[in-house]
Amino acid sequence: MDMTRSEPLTAGATAIAYPGTREAAPARRGRRQWRALKDRLAQRTLLVVALLLVALLGLIGAVLAHEALPILRTQSPAALLTSTTWSPAQLAFGLAPFIAGSFAVTLLAMGLGVVPAVLSGIYLAEYTSARRRAMVKPVVDLLAGIPSVVYGLWGVLFVVPLIREFIAPTLGGTLGARLPLFAANNPSGYSVLAGAIVLAIMVFPLIVAVTDEVLRNIPQQLRESALALGATRWETTWLAVRHAGLPGIVAAVVLGFSRAFGETLAVMMVVGNTPHVPRSIFDGAYPLPALIANAYSEMMSVPQYRSALMLAALLLLIIVLAFNILARRVVVRLGARV
Amino acid sequence: MTHRQRRNLIDFVMRWVLRLAIGSAAATLLLIVGVITWRGLPGLSWEMISQPPAGSFYLGGGGGVLNAILGSLALATGATLLAALIAVPVVLYLHGYAGRSRLANGLRLALDVMWGIPSIVYGAFGFSLMLLVGLRASLLAGIVTVAFVALPILARTFDEVLMLAPKELREATLALGTTRLEMLGILLRQTLPGLLTAVLLAFGRAIGDGAAPMFTAGYTDRLPQGLTEPVATLPLSIFFQLSAPYQSVQTRAYASAVILTAIILVISVMAQFTSRKLGRHIIR
Repeated sequence: MDMTRSEPLTAGATAIAYPGTREAAPARRGRRQWRALKDRLAQRTLLVVALLLVALLGLIGAVLAHEALPILRTQSPAALLTSTTWSPAQLAFGLAPFIAGSFAVTLLAMGLGVVPAVLSGIYLAEYTSARRRAMVKPVVDLLAGIPSVVYGLWGVLFVVPLIREFIAPTLGGTLGARLPLFAANNPSGYSVLAGAIVLAIMVFPLIVAVTDEVLRNIPQQLRESALALGATRWETTWLAVRHAGLPGIVAAVVLGFSRAFGETLAVMMVVGNTPHVPRSIFDGAYPLPALIANAYSEMMSVPQYRSALMLAALLLLIIVLAFNILARRVVVRLGARV
Repeated sequence: MTHRQRRNLIDFVMRWVLRLAIGSAAATLLLIVGVITWRGLPGLSWEMISQPPAGSFYLGGGGGVLNAILGSLALATGATLLAALIAVPVVLYLHGYAGRSRLANGLRLALDVMWGIPSIVYGAFGFSLMLLVGLRASLLAGIVTVAFVALPILARTFDEVLMLAPKELREATLALGTTRLEMLGILLRQTLPGLLTAVLLAFGRAIGDGAAPMFTAGYTDRLPQGLTEPVATLPLSIFFQLSAPYQSVQTRAYASAVILTAIILVISVMAQFTSRKLGRHIIR
């Protein structure tokens, strides 16, 4: 039985193998070499494109630094960063009001937006069933997709009047008398607070998404152990998940901060654009991105002016990147991919 | 109140606090879309969509924003294509050849860093580059600038999609004796819907971005003429109309915002639709 079955098989196999090895082998080897060559070529080409990308990133910093150099040559960097006098006609380019404006608007936005955003992220990661999640997540994604200028327009139509008619008179009259932070000296409503409210809503989806992502990367075992010990849902979140997730949530907030810091159109539509260091949340401010965007039309006439604006752009780049890389490092170390 | 009752009460309260937080997000989305639609719809007309601005448009004259609609579409299409041309090879390299090397980590970090750079900085960079090269504000310069904004979004989203592709598919393909390049072809086929989602996402961001093309694309009341001519964009058109001191022009800014929001919403819905439905070649 064994013999009769194995014999024709081996015979058949050699019969097929022979012409293959004798005649088609060079062709087959050639084909394999061609495939390997194609593979190597593809690897090289793709690598070149990838390295090009990294080079491009370096180019951004290099070009901005090159453009900012003329003003750094004539005026000391320390003076440029700390002077509060912005008067291009007199060649005075103090950037301090803009840096202060950027931080004021962004920090207030974080103060308003972080708590609801983190809570929403916790809700998505810890409390939703797969079905409810499929309903809620698209809403957050849609919020993330709305263009900056539409948020800005909404701010002009809704937030600014709200502050002018309601928030500023109420808060300014009560708290403002005692705390200068709430003094309502600006009747227009175009203020730090308006920019902060719009920004808080704009970074909301980002913080939610990152918080959600980070929390979902925490091992399920942790939750199961806590629940098995009799903890309620909230106790599980507060005691177990919090410890593992806190660095990631901090990273989410820092990412949100760096996104908010560079936001341009929406903020400049509602923030008033007055080049002074804001003293109250109802004062106008003039963040760095708004300065760059607004001065574009006038900067061509004075060479130093353009250089000062590019310095502002470089500054913006450095601040945002510092925060961004910091946050990414934390997230990457936690194993979450953002 | 017993200890258990208090714990359950806290749990109950927190559950509702969290629901309130996510509910406020949904309410805000409705509020934004509601306010924009309510103020914008009265200004919306066929003339707005089908006509470029007439001579006295910003003083309340006739015409529409067709120049900005077509300009934005041309700009976003060009930028997304250019971004895909770089992003897709980079991501394929990451998944076919780079593995878990330091270069792979570096590339992902570079893409993340690019994602974090504000679009106004890209605008300033593009503008400087434009002056250095001797180009003037044009559709081409705008496309190059906005491509920087679209690239990291496209690349990282596509990267995530490839990470979610079944490992067994790669292993089985390679085990059959294919080269890595041929394996990438199979992988690309499997993840084509995901790539389309990434492209749509990047397109949505490109069309809504106002700060990057502000310096580089210029602005014109004419319809897009060609790569070397300036074009208008919808975000900037909204911004300029809003700056006009006339109520009728401002109403048209609201209407333009409705048009832009509608385009974005259609793209978002399409992106979510493609990620689910479009997958003829997918092995599940």
